[in-house]
Amino acid sequence: MIAVGYNIGDKMRELALHVLDLVQNSLRAGASLIEVEILENTDLDQLTITIRDNGCGMEENLKEKVLDPFTTTRTTRKVGLGLPLLKMAAERAGGRLTLNSEPGKGTVVEAAFQHSHIDRMPLGDMAGTILTVIISNPRVDLVYRHRVDGRQWEIDTRVIKDEVGEDALGLPAVINWLRSYLEEGQKYLYGGAITDEVFG
Amino acid sequence: MKSLDELRKLREKAQEAIRLREQTDGTKIVVGMGTCGIAAGAREVMLALMDELEKKNIADVVVTQTGCAGLCEKEPLVEVIRPGEPKITYGYMTPEKARMVVTSHIVNGQIIGEYVIAREETVS
Repeated sequence: MIAVGYNIGDKMRELALHVLDLVQNSLRAGASLIEVEILENTDLDQLTITIRDNGCGMEENLKEKVLDPFTTTRTTRKVGLGLPLLKMAAERAGGRLTLNSEPGKGTVVEAAFQHSHIDRMPLGDMAGTILTVIISNPRVDLVYRHRVDGRQWEIDTRVIKDEVGEDALGLPAVINWLRSYLEEGQKYLYGGAITDEVFG
Repeated sequence: MKSLDELRKLREKAQEAIRLREQTDGTKIVVGMGTCGIAAGAREVMLALMDELEKKNIADVVVTQTGCAGLCEKEPLVEVIRPGEPKITYGYMTPEKARMVVTSHIVNGQIIGEYVIAREETVS
């Protein structure tokens, strides 16, 4: 099992893939709202990823277990690796992972990294991760907020649903719009042209 | 530059497409998004499926996701569910193979036998 774990860990080479994986936990917890927040502060040399959901939450004893690579609440797979993998990734990069959860209220996972640490994984394709979550879970609301030093960008699917309706999220024209919008958001965050309209 | 205005303009088109979707059979494509699937490249497979459906302007197919199906070693997995037909599970998917599934299975109704790892009769 350890071999399997290391193998999977080796392939999770982007923080964006870890985000996608943790969002799956929120979905399994029955969340109707998931917030993904990424804060990059190069002055303080910090990168933090926060995933907050309003799912079923966890009791104290389960909280301890989910950080252990040999636990899962699922029965079809013997190892639940999402949180332990991100914890390892954070600790390898001078950071840490904190988990706050309250039964009936939801869960907050925060992973902090030293931004410039040589072992800090690249953030990777956040646009792809967010697009994947939005399109394949149209019933769930998602907020993705990302700040890089002075620049902030945000997308809130509730605003999009107000415009085109929930059922339209998977339509080719809407996917196309979302893809471009997310990609432009990433460009803006890392110094590209300033978008003329920002959600929020 | 993409703006909310542009999205607003899609609204009418979207309503039309939704009506069409409601009238048709409702094919579903499901991608396994457990840790095992994600590590094996499920996100890229999902993005390729969306892109191919978008390119072919296929509006009556829903792409969705599921957790780990217990077939971790064969991930990424893609299931194609067409009403009245057995559920087909494709394994070891790549973005290229996923695009072929759209062209062959979704558009032309031809199952790609060599990628199939499971076939399940659905009760309807």
